[in-house]
Amino acid sequence: MPTYTEHDFFEDVAEEGYKYGFVTDVAYEKAPKGLSEDTVRYISAQKSEPDWLLENRLKAYHQFMKMLEEGGLPSWAHLRMPEIDFQDAYYFAAPGKKAKYDSIDDVPQEILDDFARLGIPLGEQAALAGVAVDAVMDSVSIATTFKEELEKHGVIFCSFSDAVENHPDLVQKYMGSVVPYTDNLFAALNSAVFSDGSFCYIPPGVRCPMELSTYFRINEANTGQFERTLLICDEGGYVSYMEGCTAPMRDENQLHAAIVEIIAHKDAEVKYSTVQNWYPGNAEGVGGIFNFVTKRGLCEGARSKITWTQLETGSAITWKYPSCILKGDYSVGEFYSVAFTKDYQQADTGTKMIHLGKNTRSTIISKGISAGHSDNSYRGLVRVNKKATGARNFSQCDSLLIGDQCGAHTFPYIEIHNSTAKVEHEATTSKIGEDQMFYCRQRGISEQDALNLIVNGYAKEILAQLPMEFAVEAQKLLSVQLEGSVG
Amino acid sequence: MLTIRNLHASVEDHEILKGLSLEVKPGEVHAIMGPNGSGKSTLACVLAGKEDYEITEGTITFKGEDLTEMAPEERAREGLFLAFQYPVELPGVSTMQFLKTAVNSIRAHRGQGDMNVAEFLKLMREKADFVNLDHKLMQRSVNEGFSGGEKKRAEIFQMAMLDPQLAILDETDSGLDIDALRVVAAGVNKMRNSERSFVIITHYQRLLNFVVPDFVHILLDGRIVKSGGPELAFELEDKGYDWIKEENGEAIVA
Ligand SMILES: Nc1ncnc2c1ncn2[C@@H]1O[C@H](COP(=O)(O)OP(=O)(O)OP(=O)(O)O)[C@@H](O)[C@H]1O
Ligand SMILES: [Mg+2]
Repeated sequence: MPTYTEHDFFEDVAEEGYKYGFVTDVAYEKAPKGLSEDTVRYISAQKSEPDWLLENRLKAYHQFMKMLEEGGLPSWAHLRMPEIDFQDAYYFAAPGKKAKYDSIDDVPQEILDDFARLGIPLGEQAALAGVAVDAVMDSVSIATTFKEELEKHGVIFCSFSDAVENHPDLVQKYMGSVVPYTDNLFAALNSAVFSDGSFCYIPPGVRCPMELSTYFRINEANTGQFERTLLICDEGGYVSYMEGCTAPMRDENQLHAAIVEIIAHKDAEVKYSTVQNWYPGNAEGVGGIFNFVTKRGLCEGARSKITWTQLETGSAITWKYPSCILKGDYSVGEFYSVAFTKDYQQADTGTKMIHLGKNTRSTIISKGISAGHSDNSYRGLVRVNKKATGARNFSQCDSLLIGDQCGAHTFPYIEIHNSTAKVEHEATTSKIGEDQMFYCRQRGISEQDALNLIVNGYAKEILAQLPMEFAVEAQKLLSVQLEGSVG
Repeated sequence: MLTIRNLHASVEDHEILKGLSLEVKPGEVHAIMGPNGSGKSTLACVLAGKEDYEITEGTITFKGEDLTEMAPEERAREGLFLAFQYPVELPGVSTMQFLKTAVNSIRAHRGQGDMNVAEFLKLMREKADFVNLDHKLMQRSVNEGFSGGEKKRAEIFQMAMLDPQLAILDETDSGLDIDALRVVAAGVNKMRNSERSFVIITHYQRLLNFVVPDFVHILLDGRIVKSGGPELAFELEDKGYDWIKEENGEAIVA
């Protein structure tokens, strides 16, 4: 975005608060309230799914009920876990009363207008140059841009529902292969009631010619979003994928429980970036999204590489650990994260790097920024298995505190079963220096701008990992979130 | 320009400035000398508005306004600049973005619009040459990993960029090699005019060879105890501070 100047940047940032908090007024087709076998069957029927998928869903549903009964919500995270009444929500909500849109011409204008308002124009002429977008509202994919263009290169990029219909073999082969439905409570829930999400397949030797991205929007009240993303990069392929998300401002909490699975074959490289900006709740901690997400990538083949980059600024609670299973020899896993919390937000986030193959390498760089009364934890596991000769890991976890009411915590877990492993861990905690603030202000810079400069400087190393098209957006978002965090 | 009357300031209930008075008129250059711990940096910080310091008595007016009522950034926008004795590092903050934010904040205060990028870059280059600042330093984060001398030079560069009316230089000459000292002095001299005033805090007469002050003041234990012309600096260089301390009835610590 060469025409975008720093001036525009600060102008934009001056716009106050959470600006994605509006609601699109459109009719809905919803599943009956609550969670039951009938709900699961309803969703599957809405999507006209094959039997095997319904079977899977039902298995997952029973698993979920069992886990809920036996253990309830996971309690090991450094979070004040809320009571969640799983019967008091809708598990499927189709905007415009359609469970599937085959053409953008069928999409109600209000929906298109509001995606445009979110900065995601979906019409072919208006579409973002160089970025293919799958736009998902509540339970349904609205439209996917540049589909034909991508098909010319053999790249499949479509909604999950489309993939189930048109590429059932691929879906059946890979779905659940990295994150089984038994993995954890929220993975079980997602596997039972997942609605839409994105599917991507990069054929052997193909470098995906544009950025792929999915924009997730929660719109309807009392509704959870349970999307699923499956990304397969075949031998020697390359893809950079990015997801963004927002939701209206509401007093009640809404549940978001997603699964992302990545498979990277021999010599394949996948970059997965996230800018998470779900509604965080108000300044008193009322409302906001509960974001419980399971993201995992499998470096299946030799020399494959998966990079997770995330900017987490939203949600009332964030619970996510994008991980890499380094199975192929010489495979590489990377995790770059900036997590910002303010007011009463809570984040417990980090990664797992599981070294299975020989000479596998992983890098973890996590920067937590906490303001207000928020709580921000890094939790990371580095495991080197017996056969992973020559494995290496470098981890760096920094925390930055703004004010003295917030908390920052680091929970590194290191398990080494092979003596040749080299694992390094560094951690720092710092407070925004009074001296730094005063220095900026002495140059005529306002406190707010000074905070922006300092925090963006702190996060720069990570934001620079995002695709260029999104780096400016991310910087802007971070600055918007910082509004009102001074002092 | 600046009038300080009977200023008392303390930090954590510890009185450091104990009745300091000083008058700086437009175009004047004042040097302030004094032993370590006498309160020179404290004076600079109080003028710039650092919050740790509490003014318990006295007044400060800047351009006819009560300076103590203004936030640090307002003072800066009104034209007060402090070259820090220990410039602060801002990791990851590009010098360009930092200065652009500063310049535009000051311009906004004057009712001017933002400077366009081309104009701004031109200004940066011009002012960097002004203090012989290696252009590579401008590509880096603010003061991050700069050598002591580079930091001091960068402060003078920032001063030139922000075009202040009153510049306070807190030991900007300390730690400079002789060439750098000349460059810094030349920078100050070039900026010297009938509208702009300087308060130069220094330990060394050598800077004052290059920047000849109108007045020299000696600060001792939170008070200005002696004022004179440039010759006072030579006298100090010769005799040290003991005779002043004696005159002021302080016990001399061996
Ligand atoms: N935060 C503080 N708490 C307690 N004492 C302080 C604080 N800041 C400064 N002082 C004290 O105030 C006195 C004056 O300090 P100041 O930095 O103004 O001296 P200075 O004249 O600039 O010295 P130098 O020539 O070494 O730079 C010193 O004794 C110092 O220890
Ligand atoms: Mg000092």
